[in-house]
This record gives sequence, structure tokens and C-alpha cells, in this order.
Amino acid sequence: MRHQDRQGLSARSVLLAFTVVLVTAVVAGAVIAADTTATLRKDDIAAQKEPPPMPRVENQDLKRARNYPEQPPTIPHQIRDYQVDRNVNKCLTCHSRTAVEQSQAPMVSVTHFMDRDGQVRGAVSPRRYFCLQCHVPQTDAKPLTGNTFKDIDAVIKDTVRGRKGG
Amino acid sequence: MSLRDSVKTLWATLTGPAKHYSLGFLTFGGFIAGIIFWGGFNTALELTNTETFCISCHEMRDNVYAELKTTIHYTNRSGVRATCPDCHVPHQWTDKIARKMQASKEVWGKIFGTISTREKFLEKRLELASHEWKRLKANDSLECRNCHNFEYMDFTVQSKRAADHHARLLASGEKTCIDCHKGIAHRLPDMANVGKQ
Repeated sequence: MRHQDRQGLSARSVLLAFTVVLVTAVVAGAVIAADTTATLRKDDIAAQKEPPPMPRVENQDLKRARNYPEQPPTIPHQIRDYQVDRNVNKCLTCHSRTAVEQSQAPMVSVTHFMDRDGQVRGAVSPRRYFCLQCHVPQTDAKPLTGNTFKDIDAVIKDTVRGRKGG
Repeated sequence: MSLRDSVKTLWATLTGPAKHYSLGFLTFGGFIAGIIFWGGFNTALELTNTETFCISCHEMRDNVYAELKTTIHYTNRSGVRATCPDCHVPHQWTDKIARKMQASKEVWGKIFGTISTREKFLEKRLELASHEWKRLKANDSLECRNCHNFEYMDFTVQSKRAADHHARLLASGEKTCIDCHKGIAHRLPDMANVGKQ
């Protein structure tokens, strides 16, 4: 009996699973047809699209504004072939505490010398060693999508204006 | 005939005047043979001065040459590239011969497999790199300057930071190319103690 029971159950669950899959497929199809899916791909999936030209890395050496105070500054120069591994950190050959006199580059901030307890150490902390985890160069590529980001000044201004109006 | 006798005969032949050959034949023959031997020597020397020769050994092909391939000295917008001897062999003849004599040590290394595996190579990399840094430091980065001539550098098309450094440190002779541009063509070894002695 038990054996039969189990068989009956498994047949039912297969049917259920099939229905779920079918419904999902129909819904997904409707969503794709409605083109509400956020995707950067506008071409047919089988077509080989012509790739856009490689953007150029900005190399102006000009500091850029930050969108919020905690934002890691972006790198204003080329970093082609910069070696950052356990042997050497090419970034630090200019940005380290001792190198800045010669290089006149900004020194890595003191937060980079802190361990996770906030204790300032003698050298850049291992968790802050890989510069490119936070700092990146910028290219002249056009943004693929828009965004509605407002920085804090704009938010405050809007709020103040809203209060005055209301 | 004993060895002593044969040496004596040879000495007599070499020191005595020619019996069968005319002075003209010996002069012109010597001249032509000279051209052939000197040409042959130089051709053989130049053959060892090509990248194909360098990367015919796996030590060079799989380590330093493989690393060079991603750098700007191998691939760039204008397609001008540096080959191994451009940077590692002096162009002046006397310096070149001196370097080639040093390179006989590399033949020894090849025979005994000094850097026959990647691990052995990495182990020795600091020492090998130090030799090159020392050489370039001593000759004021001559091999860099064979192409990158300071006289013709246009600071206005360099990035601000590069122009500043070249004007401040290179122009004054305070630094030479290799002081800042280490590891531009190959990966660097552990640099923790470099320049701190």
C-alpha cells in the first residue's frame, strides 16, 4: 500500500511541477513581450552584434568631484599594466607615505592604515591593499542607461523648497 | 713521431716563408678569407641577437616573453615594438661583445637548468632583475634612451604628472629612466627590500 501511495504522490507532484513551469514560462514570456525587463541587450540573442569601440581611459590628472563624502576618489590617470600583487603595489610607488615627496601625488588617506579595530598601523592595512577594489579609472564611454541619482546638496535643497512651498 | 716533434714541425712551417704560394695569393687570399670569417662571425653574432633566438629556449619564451606580450612595449596603437635585444643588448659594438661574453654564463645556466622551471625562475627573479637594474642604472638607461630620447620629448603632449616628473627629476639628472620605470616590460619580484640597502 505504502509503495502505491508513494507512486500516486510522485505522479501528482510531477503534474504540479509541470504546471508551475508552464505558468512561469507564460508569465516570463508576457514580461519579455512587454519589454519591462532591464537589459542592456537590444539585439536578437542569436545575432553577433558589432562591438562598440573601446573607450579611452581619461588621463587628465584632474581631480573629480565626489558624489558623497565617503566616495573613494576615482583615478584620474591611466593604470595600464600596473602590478598590484603580493610582490609589489605599483600605486604605492607614488601614493605611499614616503613616496609623495618625490611624486607630489596625494597620499593614501589614514583610513588605509587602520585595522578593523580602528588602530592606525605602520603600513597600509592588508584589507586596503588592493586599490582597485574601490578606486577605478574612468573612461570617456557614454553611460548605457540614465540614472536619477541626486547628491546630498540637491536632496537638501529639494527638501527645503518642499517645506517652504507646503 | 712524438708530440714534441710535431709541434716543432708546425712551428717551423708557421715561422718560415711560404714555399709554394705567391705573396699576392697570400695577401688577397688572406683579405678574402678575412672578409668571410669576419662576416661569418658577425652574422652568427647577430643571429644570437634576435628575439627568435631568445625565445627558442622555454625559459625565455614561457616566462619573460609571455609577460612582455601584454605590455605597451609589445602591443600598442602604432605597432612599433621593442624586441628582447633592443633593451637587453647594448648597441655599441664593444659593449655588445662585453655583454655577449657575460652571456656565456647564461649558456651554463641553460645546460644545468638554473631556471628550468617556473618555480626556479621566480626564486631567482630578484637576482636576475637586479642585474638588469644595475646595468641600466650604470649606463644611464642607455637602452631606454636608444628610442626614448630626452632631447625630443614633447612635454606638452605628456600627461601633466609625467611632464612634471620628467621636468623635475629626469631633466636635472637626479633620476634615470629605470629608477621609476621598473617592471614596465616584465612582472616584478618581491620589491620589499629593493632600494633600501
